[in-house]
Amino acid sequence: MTVQVRAPGARGSSGRRRRYAGLVVGVAAVLAAVTACGNGGSGSGAQGGFQPVQQTGGKITVWVDSTRLPAAQLYQKQHPSVQMDIVTYDGDANGSNYLQTKVSLFNRTRSGWPDVVFSSQNNEATWAVQAGFTAPLNKGQIPEATLSGWTAGANDPCTVEGTLYCLRNDLAQTVLWYNAPLMQSWGYQVPKTWEEYQALGQRVATEHPGYLVGTAGDNFTPEIYLWASKCGANEITGPKSVKVTTTSPNCTRMASLLDTLVKNRTMSTSSVFSSDFAKNAADKILMMPGPSWFGGSVFQESFKTPAGQVAAAPLPQWAGDPSPSVGNVGGGTWLLSAHSANLKDATDFLTWVTTSDEYQGKVSPGYPAYAAAAKTWLAKQSSSKYYANDIAAPLQAAAPQVWPGWGYGQFSQEAIWASTVTPGLTAGKTIVSMLPEWQTAITNYARSNGYEVSQ
Amino acid sequence: MTTATPATRPARTPSRRRVFWPGRAGHLFVAAYVVLLIAFGVVPTVYAVYFAFTDAGDNFAGFSNFAEAANDFRYFSAVGHVALYLVFWLVSLVVFVVGLALLLHRLTSSGTSKALRFLYYIPGALAGAASVMVWLFMLDPSVSPVSALLRAAGFDTFGEVVAPDHLPVLFTLIAFWTGAGGWIVVMYGALNNISPDLLEAARIDGAGVWQTAWRIQIPLLRKWIVYMVILAFAGGTQLFVEPQLLSQASVGVAGRDYSLNQLSYDFAFQNNNVNTAAAISVELLVVGLVVAGVFVARSGFFDAD
Repeated sequence: MTVQVRAPGARGSSGRRRRYAGLVVGVAAVLAAVTACGNGGSGSGAQGGFQPVQQTGGKITVWVDSTRLPAAQLYQKQHPSVQMDIVTYDGDANGSNYLQTKVSLFNRTRSGWPDVVFSSQNNEATWAVQAGFTAPLNKGQIPEATLSGWTAGANDPCTVEGTLYCLRNDLAQTVLWYNAPLMQSWGYQVPKTWEEYQALGQRVATEHPGYLVGTAGDNFTPEIYLWASKCGANEITGPKSVKVTTTSPNCTRMASLLDTLVKNRTMSTSSVFSSDFAKNAADKILMMPGPSWFGGSVFQESFKTPAGQVAAAPLPQWAGDPSPSVGNVGGGTWLLSAHSANLKDATDFLTWVTTSDEYQGKVSPGYPAYAAAAKTWLAKQSSSKYYANDIAAPLQAAAPQVWPGWGYGQFSQEAIWASTVTPGLTAGKTIVSMLPEWQTAITNYARSNGYEVSQ
Repeated sequence: MTTATPATRPARTPSRRRVFWPGRAGHLFVAAYVVLLIAFGVVPTVYAVYFAFTDAGDNFAGFSNFAEAANDFRYFSAVGHVALYLVFWLVSLVVFVVGLALLLHRLTSSGTSKALRFLYYIPGALAGAASVMVWLFMLDPSVSPVSALLRAAGFDTFGEVVAPDHLPVLFTLIAFWTGAGGWIVVMYGALNNISPDLLEAARIDGAGVWQTAWRIQIPLLRKWIVYMVILAFAGGTQLFVEPQLLSQASVGVAGRDYSLNQLSYDFAFQNNNVNTAAAISVELLVVGLVVAGVFVARSGFFDAD
């Protein structure tokens, strides 16, 4: 009997683990029921007119991811009089929705909100404004003279109906990264148009098989390629409306290019962050369209590409297109809590962390969204001697060229692409053939998030 | 004995005291469990039911939350995913657990039997998320210690391994590896409870190994198998950790709304719609209770032997 009693308990632990997941909802329900007072807990009203809570001062709580931890620590060191509680969390990496989940619970328990939060996701304002979590920043909190220092368009993801609800930390404009010594020794010219890019990919397939001109296996593939091609898959037309068109010529021309290069194997279908890419393809990259942070994070840190090889060039444009456009992959945001009881210190930290040369210009790994800090940052990159050319000009030129027709909705374009198109691509389907399926998926997810969808 | 009545009267007082709260130590021990069960089992369940039938303004909403869940485009695909997984999971659990327990029971070497029972039990001792992480490592051909097997099966990348069609099998593998060992030990214990005389009689009557297993041992294991199926069914419908972690590891390829529990989680924390999330939880509860009821009634689970 001992065995019979003990062993079910052991199995039960496995069953319980699943039940714990299910109980998350139950626990949320308990919290809600315990604290609900009939007036709901979701909190709203930050949009209409901001009324701060009673300012009692005291400690401010700052949530950062591990990459932004040095920023908070540096501020604390330089401002010892400010009482800070620095908390590290996943920064909503990979769409974990941790922040949204916690704010939802804090709204119900009516306590616990952090004063300032960093998020690696650009679409936080879409839910955080509705949830009453974020404080407006351009209604007297931060001087207009400071706010005007951001690169044009950088704070678009933070702006809801004219009000600014967060500040962009870094930009993630896309450029063309390439291996300068290889390009030179093989006698290739860096492509200026997508047509030249495709033609070069076809030459590489025959002249240097095994080498890559890019990858279509990341969940941000649409943001690198289709966004840059002005494909209207994600045009946010209002707070709760979106226009979705994935089969327009702007979409099919880029999808067709990707299909061609996937077929001739010069474009990988693996993610640059996958272990097999690092093992098998990292030293086979001739060109790689990607965001500004690819240089440091992917080539230098992950792939350990030696100094003097990686160079940056402007992203190719379609021949005859008079207005250059690039895509965007990430670039984090900072949010100020509307519930902060110490808005003075919280705002001071927020301003410092997004604008200071000490952090943004000299420590931050990403291209600062604040233009003055970006200059310092680019000078630092130049002095590092890591890159084969001066990356300042292409990065600076691309910063304001992010195509504004691609919006920041509440639903994740990356997650939709990953679950809809990537498995098909792995299974050998063409992207062109999956564009209608992609449109249906975006439409479904947008509607389930309460968006009105037009096509 | 008749004269004992007056003699025993004075002694009744202490006797009554004992009767007043017999087995109080046992009650105290059980009480702690009951309190926790009420706090973390019954109360959340009752509140989940309350939320399932109310709206965000705490007004009675009838079945509208259930209708909203059913109208979501992900709902029926999640139902299909869970149903398919349950078929794989329950069939493999019953077949392999019973089969391995019977084989284990036939082992004459006590040392081997003990070693195997320990071996079977080890995966269950790992935390759920850790078990899944082990499998994520095992399933990636570029780092897996069994990458040769994966490549021989035609899988060169992690993306190929976690293709949507493979997920029911992968989740079954993970769940079996994590949870089946404990059940093998349970079945082994149950097999030990079968009278040796009965097995001896069968052997004398000419029953071979197969006939003994099929006609004697498996029928006598029936209640334990039913018990296992009931719990495994309830656990299987609540599939969450495996797809959630796999979704994270595959950067979304596996889908973050594969199972009903994930969908419920998304409703609660993505759409800020706790009521519809609770409706899905209540559906899972009802399905689990109904299936358990059917199995108990059909199997005579509570019948006295």
